[in-house]
Amino acid sequence: MTDASWSQTAREPEFGDYLELLKPRVMRLVVFTAAVGLLAAPVPVHPVIAAASILCIAVGAGASGALNMWWDSDIDAVMSRTTGRPIPSGRLARGDALAVGLVLSGFSVTMLALFANLAAAGLLAFTIFFYAVVYSMWLKRATPQNIVIGGAAGAFPPMIGWAVATGGVSAASVAMFLVIFLWTPPHFWALALFRNDDYTRAGVPMLPVTAGERVTRNHILAYSLVLVPVTLAPAFSTIGGPVYLAGVVLLNARLVMGAWSVRRRDAAAAASDKYRAEKRFFGFSIVYMTLIFTLILAEAGLRSAGLAPAHWPALF
Amino acid sequence: MKPDSHEIYGRRRSRNLGLGVVLAAFVLIVFAVTVVKLSEGADMRSPDNFGEQPPGSH
Repeated sequence: MTDASWSQTAREPEFGDYLELLKPRVMRLVVFTAAVGLLAAPVPVHPVIAAASILCIAVGAGASGALNMWWDSDIDAVMSRTTGRPIPSGRLARGDALAVGLVLSGFSVTMLALFANLAAAGLLAFTIFFYAVVYSMWLKRATPQNIVIGGAAGAFPPMIGWAVATGGVSAASVAMFLVIFLWTPPHFWALALFRNDDYTRAGVPMLPVTAGERVTRNHILAYSLVLVPVTLAPAFSTIGGPVYLAGVVLLNARLVMGAWSVRRRDAAAAASDKYRAEKRFFGFSIVYMTLIFTLILAEAGLRSAGLAPAHWPALF
Repeated sequence: MKPDSHEIYGRRRSRNLGLGVVLAAFVLIVFAVTVVKLSEGADMRSPDNFGEQPPGSH
């Protein structure tokens, strides 16, 4: 190989290309929900330990994102939402993503075990395994229930945060898990409705691809209705309170209204205004999740300031 | 174009800098956590010594 040829062909990646493998936007939500889980727990954690542990959780989540990009680079290349990712756009090789994913998975789990405890590290390891192997490799291409079960991966971070503080699992941390777990399907089905062409082309069996728009719209409403009691339940637990209850009632009213307007439309109506209601529902679902965890955080803040009511019925 | 001004050097530089910052941050985090754990009285001895009394404790 001559000196001239390598500088023409070698396309050296930048640092930012590797950072992109970690899905920074997903990471942001993981950091937030893990931090809320940690702060809502009844055991105080030293701020340095808390920050280091949350960093481990974020890096672990990023590692599972890199493993997902390694495995799914073929379908990422044909979906317009994902063609710009580092592997399909030719900035990194598949092996780079595999290496980054494996190394960071090992590192994040080991460091979390040392910084916090084995329960938190075990949950993080299971989350990475669940997202990379159960969701990406197994369910995503096999069943329209892919995101229903796969949503569990995104629901673990608050439980890990809680385990960092308490060293275990409890009813309140499972309640936070269930909120994200049941929120994920309607959130992604709304996206799948207006990105249907993408998923069809990539052969990913999302619900609108396999069962049609009508069924998907019904499912979005059904899951939104199930979310109402599931998000109300934590109000009557050790992490809830009157502020949470009031906020969640309003958020659920808005969610069900949005789901209803998605439910009563058909494909023709949606196509005529370029899926406006579906896009609005998708956008609101992100606000909904963020605000629910903000409310849990607010209750934790009120408790530590001594402003929580003394006789609130905390059932679990 | 001078041979040492090729854009490839910029990419390499960004990678080296990034990795340097990550390693420095890692060292700082481990150090900070160690200081906190020791000041909270955590038992940081090697597993070989688990179950034994710390020297000078009795």
